[in-house]
Amino acid sequence: MAKKLVEIYKPFERFWHWMQALLIFFLAFSGFEIHGYYSFFGFENAVTYHNIAAYMLIILILFAIFWHFVTGEWKQYIPTFTNIKAQLNYYLFGIFKNAPHPTKKTVLSKLNPLQKLTYFGLKILVIPVVVTTGLLYMFYRYPTKHGVQSLNIESLETIAILHTIGAFLLLAFIIAHLYLITTGETPSSNLKAMLTGEEEIEE
Amino acid sequence: MELRKVNKMKKFLAFIIVISVITAIVWGSLSSFDYEPTTLMKLKDKYSKKHKPKVDHKKFEVLQAKFGNAREVTKACESCHNLTSAEVMESSHWNWEREEYIQGRGIVYLGKKNAINNFCIGTQGNEQSCAKCHIGLGYDENGQIYTDSTNIDCLVCHDNSETYAKAAGKAGAPEENLDLNLIAQSVGKPKRSNCGVCHFYGGGGNNVKHGALESAMNEPTKEIDIHMAAEGMNLQCIDCHLTENHKISGKLYSFASTCTNRNSCDQCHTNAPHDKDLINSHTLKVSCEACHIPIYAKENSTKLYWDWSTAGRLKDGKPYEEDDSLGNHTYLSIKGSFVWGKNLKPDYVWFNGTASHYLLGDKIENTSQDLVLNQLNGSYKDRESKIVPVKIHIAKQPYDPVNKILIQPKLYAETEGEGAFWKDFNWQKASEIGMKDAGLPFSGKIDFIETKMFWLVNHMVSSKENVVQCNECHTRTDSRLAGLSDFYIPGRDYSKFVDVAGSWLLLLTFLGVASHGTLRIINSRKNKKVKNG
Repeated sequence: MAKKLVEIYKPFERFWHWMQALLIFFLAFSGFEIHGYYSFFGFENAVTYHNIAAYMLIILILFAIFWHFVTGEWKQYIPTFTNIKAQLNYYLFGIFKNAPHPTKKTVLSKLNPLQKLTYFGLKILVIPVVVTTGLLYMFYRYPTKHGVQSLNIESLETIAILHTIGAFLLLAFIIAHLYLITTGETPSSNLKAMLTGEEEIEE
Repeated sequence: MELRKVNKMKKFLAFIIVISVITAIVWGSLSSFDYEPTTLMKLKDKYSKKHKPKVDHKKFEVLQAKFGNAREVTKACESCHNLTSAEVMESSHWNWEREEYIQGRGIVYLGKKNAINNFCIGTQGNEQSCAKCHIGLGYDENGQIYTDSTNIDCLVCHDNSETYAKAAGKAGAPEENLDLNLIAQSVGKPKRSNCGVCHFYGGGGNNVKHGALESAMNEPTKEIDIHMAAEGMNLQCIDCHLTENHKISGKLYSFASTCTNRNSCDQCHTNAPHDKDLINSHTLKVSCEACHIPIYAKENSTKLYWDWSTAGRLKDGKPYEEDDSLGNHTYLSIKGSFVWGKNLKPDYVWFNGTASHYLLGDKIENTSQDLVLNQLNGSYKDRESKIVPVKIHIAKQPYDPVNKILIQPKLYAETEGEGAFWKDFNWQKASEIGMKDAGLPFSGKIDFIETKMFWLVNHMVSSKENVVQCNECHTRTDSRLAGLSDFYIPGRDYSKFVDVAGSWLLLLTFLGVASHGTLRIINSRKNKKVKNG
C-alpha cells in the first residue's frame, strides 16, 4: 500500500493543542498547590497565576470552538460505536502482537473511535464543568464600584469539589494521553505529527 | 516544497502573534479595575494637619482663681460651657448603662452599673473602688450617681497636663494635692492617655481585659499600632471614635447588643481598599481586623484565665502574691490564680454585630458546660456576619448551685469586718452581702463554674507589611481559621472521598499505562527474536 505525507494537523490546531497542554499542566500544578498539596509559588501567587492561566485557557477554548465550527472539524469528535470493540481489542491484545491498527487514520477521520468518545466526553462534560466551576470560584464574590457583591451562592463547597473532581479526571486523561502517544505507527510518529502537522498515512 | 514550508511557518508565526496580542489586550482590560489609589494619601494629608485649639484656657480669669476642690473646677467650666453638663449626663460614660435590645428578651438597660463579667465580676456593692473609672467625682454610698452636675469630672477626660489622677477607693474623687489650676488651664481634646487611664486598666491592671488596649498604646511604636504610633500618624482615640455632644462612637460587646453606633475601619478606608480584587473580595466575609491584627498583647501580657476558686489562701494569716518572670501576678490571695499571655494570635468567630448576654440573676440552664457571658451572634450563612478576631477569657467564678445564678460578691470595703472578700477572705459572707446588695436570692451554697467572655480585638493594627498572610488561613495544617468549620476554605478544606478516589484514579492510570508499556516492550523483543530466529 502506498504511503503519502499529508498535513493532518493544521497550524492552528497544533498551536491550540500545545498551548492547551501547557496551560493545563500549569493549571494542574498551581491548582494542586491551592488545593493544599504542596507549596511552591506561595498561596497568593498560585491563585493569581492560576487565574491568569484560566483566562488564557478560556480565550484559547473560545478560539478553538470558533475554528472547529468554521472549518467543520468539529465533526471529527462525533462519537461512534462502530469499530469501538475492534479498537479496544487492539489496545488489549493486538498491540502486543504487532497487529495493524484497526481503524485507518485519514484527514477526514483522524481520531479512532475511542479517542472520539474520550475527547467528546472531555469537551462536553469535563472541561465545561471545570470552566464553569472555575468561573464561579472566581466570581461568586465580585468587586463593584460600591464595594464587593456576591452571587447568591450558599457555599463554595460544591463548586470547589466539582472543580477538584474535574482536575483529577483531566490529570488521569493526561497520563493516559501521554502514554498513548507512543502507540502510533512507530512510537514517535504521533508526536512528530502533532509537531510538524504531517504524517505518512495510507492512500 | 521548501517555499511551502517557509510560508506555512510564517503563517503560523503570524497567527501566534495575533493571538498573543489579543490575549494581552483582553487581559489588560480585565485587570484594569482600579480603586482610587489616593484614599490613603488623602487620609495621611488630613490627619497630618495638627489640631490647633481655638481658645487658650490659660487666659480665662475664672480658671486663675485658686481652686479648693474639683467641684469648683467643674463649676468654673460650666460658667462658660453652660449647656454641656446635660450632654454629659446623658452619656453612657456617666450613666454606666445604655438602652440595648437583646434578641429574645427585648429592651434591657445594661452597663457597668449592673453587668456581670468574669474579671472582677461586677461593680454592684463595690462602687467605692470601681467608680475610680466613673466620669463623676463620687458615687454615693448606695451606688447612686449624683444628679448634681457639679459632680461631673471634666478633668479626667480633658486634662492635657497629664498630672490629673483619681484616687483609689474614693468612688471617683481625685487625688489630693493636685495643682487644679494648672490642670484646668491645660484642658483640651482628650488624648490617648485620657482614655487610657481607664480603658487600658480595666479588670484591675494594665491590659488585663482587652489584650490590645494597654499602656503601651499611650505612646505606641509603629510595630504596636500603625495608626497611633507617635512617630507615624499619631492618631488619638477620638480621631476614630468620633464624638458628638459627648457621645463617643464605638462600643464594647461586654454590654452592647445591637449593631449600631459601631466604629469601623471603612469609615476612612472604604470597604474595598486593596489594589487587588482578590483581596477586596474577602471583605464581604472577613473583617479588616482579622488580617490586620495578626497578634495582640504585643508589649505586655493580658489575662486569659482567672480562677477565683483558689482565692483566699493566706500565709501567716496574711494575703500574698506570686508573680511570673514577666512580673505578672500568677496568684493573688484577693483574686485567685491567673494565666497570662503575650504576643497572642487571636481566636476567630463569626460576628454580625449583635450579642446576647448573661444578665445578673439569669438562671444558668446547664451548669456542666462553660457559661458564655456575652454570646457574639453570627455564622457563615448569615449575610451580615464577618470573621472577627477575639480574645477569649475564661474564668472560674462563684455561683449559687441551688438557685443556679452567678454570685455578685461584695469584694471591696475600706476596712475589715464589713464582709468584703478582699479584706475578710470569706466567700460565704461576701456572697451573702453582695447578693443582698444586688437584690438577689442566695441559698448559702457556693460553687465555682467556668465562664467565657469574648473580647473583640480591634486595636494594635499592624503595618500592611505585617498582615496575616494568605497561607495562614488557606492551609491544611494549623489554619488560623481551624475553629470555623461551617464553610469551605480553599487550601484548608477538601473532600476526603474525592481526594482519595482521585489519587487512586491517578495511581491506577499510571500503573495501567506502565504495565501496558512494559508488556509492549517485552512482546516486541519476543517478536523480533521470533523474526530473527
